[in-house]
Amino acid sequence: MMNTQGRPTRPAEAEAATPVATFTGNRGLQIEEALIFEIGRPDVSGVDLPPAPKAASRLGKHARRAPLGLPGLTEPEAVRHYVRLSRQNYAIDLGLYPLGSCTMKHNPRLNEAMVRLAGFADIHPLQPLSTVKGAVQLMQELSHWLLTMTGMAAVALSPKAGAHGELCGMMAIKAALAARGESRSIVLVPESAHGTNPATAAQLGYKVVPVPAREDGTVDPAAVKALLSPDVAAIMLTNPNTCGLFERDIVEIAEAVHAAGAFFYGDGANFNAIVGKVRPGDLGVDAMHINLHKTFSTPHGGGGPGSGPVVLSKALAPFAPLPFIRLDAGEPVLVETEEGLAEAETPFGRLTAFHGQMGMYVRALAYMLAHGADGLRQASEDAVLSANYVKARLSDLFNAPYGGRPCMHEVLFDDSSLEGTGVSTLDFAKAMIDEGYHPMTMYFPLVVHGAMLIEPTESESLASLDLFIATLRDLAMAAKAGDTERFRQAPRLAPRRRLDETRAARSPRLSWKDPLPAAEAAE
Amino acid sequence: MRYHPLTDHDRAHMRATIGVGAVDQLFSDVPRDKLLSGLLDLPTTKSELEVERLMGRMAARNVAAGSVPFFVGAGAYRHHVPASVDHLIQRSEFLTSYTPYQPEIAQGTLQVLFEFQSQVGRLTGMEVANAGMYDGSTGCGEAVLMAHRLTRRNKAVLSGTLHPQYRAVVETLGRMAGDTVEALPPDPEATEDILARIDGQTACVVVQSPSVYGHLIDLAPIAEKAHAVGALLVAVVTEVVALGAIEPPGAQGADIVVGEGQSLGNPLGFGGPYVGLFATREKFIRQLPGRLCGETVDADGKRGFVLTLSTREQHIRRDKATSNICTSSGLCALAFSIHATLLGEAGLTRLAAINHASAAATADALAAVPGVKVLNDTFFNEFTVRLPGDAAAIVEKLAAKGIIAGVPMSRLEPGRPELADLLLVAATETTTDDDRAAFAAALAEVL
Repeated sequence: MMNTQGRPTRPAEAEAATPVATFTGNRGLQIEEALIFEIGRPDVSGVDLPPAPKAASRLGKHARRAPLGLPGLTEPEAVRHYVRLSRQNYAIDLGLYPLGSCTMKHNPRLNEAMVRLAGFADIHPLQPLSTVKGAVQLMQELSHWLLTMTGMAAVALSPKAGAHGELCGMMAIKAALAARGESRSIVLVPESAHGTNPATAAQLGYKVVPVPAREDGTVDPAAVKALLSPDVAAIMLTNPNTCGLFERDIVEIAEAVHAAGAFFYGDGANFNAIVGKVRPGDLGVDAMHINLHKTFSTPHGGGGPGSGPVVLSKALAPFAPLPFIRLDAGEPVLVETEEGLAEAETPFGRLTAFHGQMGMYVRALAYMLAHGADGLRQASEDAVLSANYVKARLSDLFNAPYGGRPCMHEVLFDDSSLEGTGVSTLDFAKAMIDEGYHPMTMYFPLVVHGAMLIEPTESESLASLDLFIATLRDLAMAAKAGDTERFRQAPRLAPRRRLDETRAARSPRLSWKDPLPAAEAAE
Repeated sequence: MRYHPLTDHDRAHMRATIGVGAVDQLFSDVPRDKLLSGLLDLPTTKSELEVERLMGRMAARNVAAGSVPFFVGAGAYRHHVPASVDHLIQRSEFLTSYTPYQPEIAQGTLQVLFEFQSQVGRLTGMEVANAGMYDGSTGCGEAVLMAHRLTRRNKAVLSGTLHPQYRAVVETLGRMAGDTVEALPPDPEATEDILARIDGQTACVVVQSPSVYGHLIDLAPIAEKAHAVGALLVAVVTEVVALGAIEPPGAQGADIVVGEGQSLGNPLGFGGPYVGLFATREKFIRQLPGRLCGETVDADGKRGFVLTLSTREQHIRRDKATSNICTSSGLCALAFSIHATLLGEAGLTRLAAINHASAAATADALAAVPGVKVLNDTFFNEFTVRLPGDAAAIVEKLAAKGIIAGVPMSRLEPGRPELADLLLVAATETTTDDDRAAFAAALAEVL
């Protein structure tokens, strides 16, 4: 109907939004984008370079003989390609990102600015140490903050991500046992643990023995004691655990583990719940990695880079890998090789070239300085408060299997409330996408059926939490009311509908293959 | 503070909804005597301005590579990165998204990973590549473990061409997993006979070309010998720009290629974060570590991408996984891929030629300094010189004159007097004729 009265137009109420087929396949601002191999050409470049000076080649017989087949794009084409692709992603900057145990909190832009200072971005890991005093100072400052927060004796900064940190901590334990002349073969891992824990232990040749959870979702010290033996090297325990609970018997567990001559590896994935509230060192932890990309907000970047410094107890400190920072008369010194070792220092080796994820150290330290002791504690308290608020407001419609106790920074629901509705956890998660939310962590931890693990973080306003809660309530009521279409067909409004993962795995296509020339294809 | 949207009023309302009086009631499972009552012994919150001031002071204590004549390489290289790369990787939807576990709302990241895998495959001359490793050195360690799985043998032979810190990573992993690692001595003059070290117990032989000393190594005969005894060749490339100029390892028979991808798209950043390249043959994909992105279709038949073959990975297989890797290096892979797309084949080829010419001119300038000998017959953009004295001391003297001259080999291989007079020198498109002249003149002065 034509607008004849100068009032804002609005669609006729009866017109339901139906999918519109367009000529281009685009839908308004949602623009389809081809692969660089379809739009680029090998003879096109978005970088202007002068011709190479004529010089005698020193490549010998090694000069490349065949073309590579690498497409190029000019700058405007490239910018458009990547900007269009970016718009097919969900992001923290777009909305609440409730992935449990992933800590998707706000990424302050100040940190991005700091890491791009030439004095941090444009320095080489092997330029003379006399020219990088500020970098070593920064590593020392970060170490100080981490050690103060955790109450531990030493820190190995170099691990590149959480799982790499696990490897680091478990290697330190293996080295400490070897130094005692022992080679124990078993590592205890609770069933609720993240998959990296058993994978790490197995990579070091350990046999993984699962520790069953008790009724309330925590580890029973009696179960641990029953499994302890002179052959147990360590227990790997996440605290707060992946059910969102603080392991309340942790001190008793740690004492039992130590009494058996074993070590206590703490998975620090959920450290965001307890910074400034309790120090892992006070609980008996011997080694713990800290995901700087979770608790200290270095951006996840679509799957990394991460950074996983490992704090170590007095017993493990001597085994910290190279490189490490030592204070010599108050001055931080970067020790890179065996040659520089003091007597008590017996590193188990080296985990990576150079010195670790400096770019993440810069961002994390900027985050810590900005928060301060008060802000860090507030962040943890707000994260825990927000998770408990979500739990309180949803517990009439969702079943929290361990709901009898306060949760930490994430709340775990199972799928029993969906029973009989024909809607699975997966369907529920996909329907959240249509509502503009990234789904929660689903089907993890494995100890409850159809798990939904929600971590709101401290970055959400009350209004944001309330809308999220209202959305989940609406979905839950729709499921109970039998509106299965809303779930089975979901997502309907995302850049793609459900993808065929079985097909992807059955006949893997992992790289672009140039189409055959028309003549060959016809044959 | 500025990052926390909740107000005290909100908090009170939330506590009331939950039914607690004080927030510490939510921490009731923490043992009473362990719950901290006061603040940690650390400074309190700071404004942006204050943080900038503190960080700026630390940054100012470092000498930025771009501010001086600069010749350091050895596994990380200073290149010009187009401004659009850093702009694009800071798009919120790339920077602040998680691993693409929900593919319907992560096609941006997934398509980039598919393109990245394809680019890495073509650069290395291999059939498939994964979505990236933490960096080159950890990728090297994973390649050795993969070779052990594939051959069911557990001995790795490391060439003396390999970066010493890569060697240390492999040795550490090997020692901890109970595997055998045989490392040949450093090979500064490219004279080692590695063929004699490959036998029927060998799972893989690891060779770097260009070597850490800059030499270009003929991989084909090594691959041939390895294959003859059922072993695999792991080829390592720490300067990926070289692949614009030299024969790719895949064309020389490599079974696994690992590379450091920092040179494209990523700043030096004091050593990280970088991105590892990891490529292999199609028949080995089920033993690959790390993430893989694959093509598929959605419910409407539209092309789309997903993470695939995840039955290799720790979140499914737990203690039977091919590796424990979870977070990888997504944003650095994005930067790599954008830079590679901007260059294209024509740009990369020219960039490589400029790098080579720059290094050749630098080698000629240094060779003209009395007492300095260039060890390399072949090189790409980095070479080794023998100095008439301790290289580390000479580098310090040059640093005092405002020239960052390269990596004294003793920094990477301490305790080997025969290497103490060796200096690794790299030059790239960022090196100017003035830089070279200043380096040669200053070197002549301090010798």
